[in-house]
Amino acid sequence: MSTLAKEIPTTGSPTLAVRGTGRGPRGVAVLLGPPIAFLALVVVLWYIVSALLGKLSFLLPAPHRIFTEAFFDPKVAGDIGNALVQTVLVTLAGLVLAIVIGVVWAIAMSQAKAIERTLYPYAVILQCIPILALVPLIGFWFGQEFFARMIVSVLIALFPMVSNTLFGLQGVDKSQRELFKLQGASRWTILTKLQLPAAMPTIFAGMRISAGLALVGAIVGDFFFRRGTPGIGSLISNYTARLQGPELFAAILSAAFLGVAIFVVFGWLSKAAVGKWYESAS
Amino acid sequence: MQFGNGTVALSGVDLTVRPGEFVTVVGPSGCGKSTLLRIASGLETASAGTAEVSTSRIGYVFQDATLLPWRDVESNVELLAELNGQSKKERAEKAAAAIKLVGLSGFEKHLPKQLSGGMRMRTSLARSLTLDPELFLFDEPFGALDEITRERLNDELLRLFAEQQFGGLFITHSVSEAVYLSTRVVVMSGRPGRIVDVFEVPFEMPRDPDIRYTGEFAELVGKVSHALREGHS
Ligand SMILES: Nc1ncnc2c1ncn2[C@@H]1O[C@H](COP(=O)(O)OP(=O)(O)OP(=O)(O)O)[C@@H](O)[C@H]1O
Ligand SMILES: [Mg+2]
Repeated sequence: MSTLAKEIPTTGSPTLAVRGTGRGPRGVAVLLGPPIAFLALVVVLWYIVSALLGKLSFLLPAPHRIFTEAFFDPKVAGDIGNALVQTVLVTLAGLVLAIVIGVVWAIAMSQAKAIERTLYPYAVILQCIPILALVPLIGFWFGQEFFARMIVSVLIALFPMVSNTLFGLQGVDKSQRELFKLQGASRWTILTKLQLPAAMPTIFAGMRISAGLALVGAIVGDFFFRRGTPGIGSLISNYTARLQGPELFAAILSAAFLGVAIFVVFGWLSKAAVGKWYESAS
Repeated sequence: MQFGNGTVALSGVDLTVRPGEFVTVVGPSGCGKSTLLRIASGLETASAGTAEVSTSRIGYVFQDATLLPWRDVESNVELLAELNGQSKKERAEKAAAAIKLVGLSGFEKHLPKQLSGGMRMRTSLARSLTLDPELFLFDEPFGALDEITRERLNDELLRLFAEQQFGGLFITHSVSEAVYLSTRVVVMSGRPGRIVDVFEVPFEMPRDPDIRYTGEFAELVGKVSHALREGHS
């Protein structure tokens, strides 16, 4: 027997070793360390360039000046705050409209191949034409205020809602659909009890993309339209025109913060809505 | 059965299932077994020939569990009754009974992703049971399960069959599963599927799990396997 058994070395380094390690404080440090170090590096470089610019430092004001001269100045902070509120309103209005139109559009297309063939080309065209080229016309038609800005927002945010919803509605498993058909379920029942719930994860993914785009739309509208309450885009273009460096940077940072906040909120909404059953909702 | 693209999947199949009969079909992959079930259930219409079904209470257990991932076990099991417009109370009662029958009590509030493959299959089985089916169609329901779970589900199925006396049409790749479960085994040839042999299974119901290890059982399994191999070539 033993002559047949191969000798198995039991010393030396293991071929496979699995050890559990929790994400302790060290894990968090590993996670957050590199990005923070990178940020520090950027700030240092920023100071250096800003100092080198000398008189031209309004092009890149030292980081602390963004706070001392803009965020901490009640007048500037007030302007930025009001502008943010206005931009958020336009973004939300545009987003809600885009969601409603997009979902209805996709549902219509999911009901019949003929409707899909008729309407899908327009969704693609909507995605292909540079909306910026249409913006002046939109101002021309709809005035230069809230409503026009909202329309720009809708146009930019619409496509991901249409395509994601359609993708979700059509992606329903064939045997699940047949399960419903065997019970003689109506189109409406199949839509409400099967297709829409199944499409929720992709609809929410679409919403997250559209929300970011709606914000872009709201800011773009500001650049073109001069009437109505100014949004953050109007402030940005005013500060640029007046060479107000610190104020300009403060406005840009606020817009960036708004974008991140929207992204986080919609990620969280998605998780709250479908995270329980959908494996990879993030 | 000829599909639009010219594929002929079934040819000259003549099959009857009566209440209290459990018929299994074995045959090589692609011969048209699923197609046969789809025709029997009305999901597909035969290009030639007829399918007569004398009941509307048809249970159909698909190859995969086809649960709705956003519904917990309880409301997945309630689904068919819900689609048939039964009252909340009625379907809750039915679901509770079916869940108990397949041994999933205590898991009512679990989501499909929290279940094992076998438990998902049992949920799917429970869902079909709420219909009180008179005709029960199974398309390789236990094909993806391990041997032990599979045998246990086979026993549960036999118990259900003894209790409810539905007509069963069961498709499987496993010859011993076919012999163990059924009152009749139908062997089909390769595509286009024809019936090449039919075996009556003499063992009485309810079946003792240990008959699987008897000589008679092995002999019948051998005969069916033989017919299957002949039909294939
Ligand atoms: N909708 C369809 N259109 C065209 N051909 C089809 C269609 N559905 C099935 N077929 C063909 O019919 C044949 C039988 O298919 P079926 O699914 O009934 O096989 P099966 O016996 O269930 O096989 P398996 O054991 O692998 O599940 C196959 O050759 C398949 O390609
Ligand atoms: Mg099949």
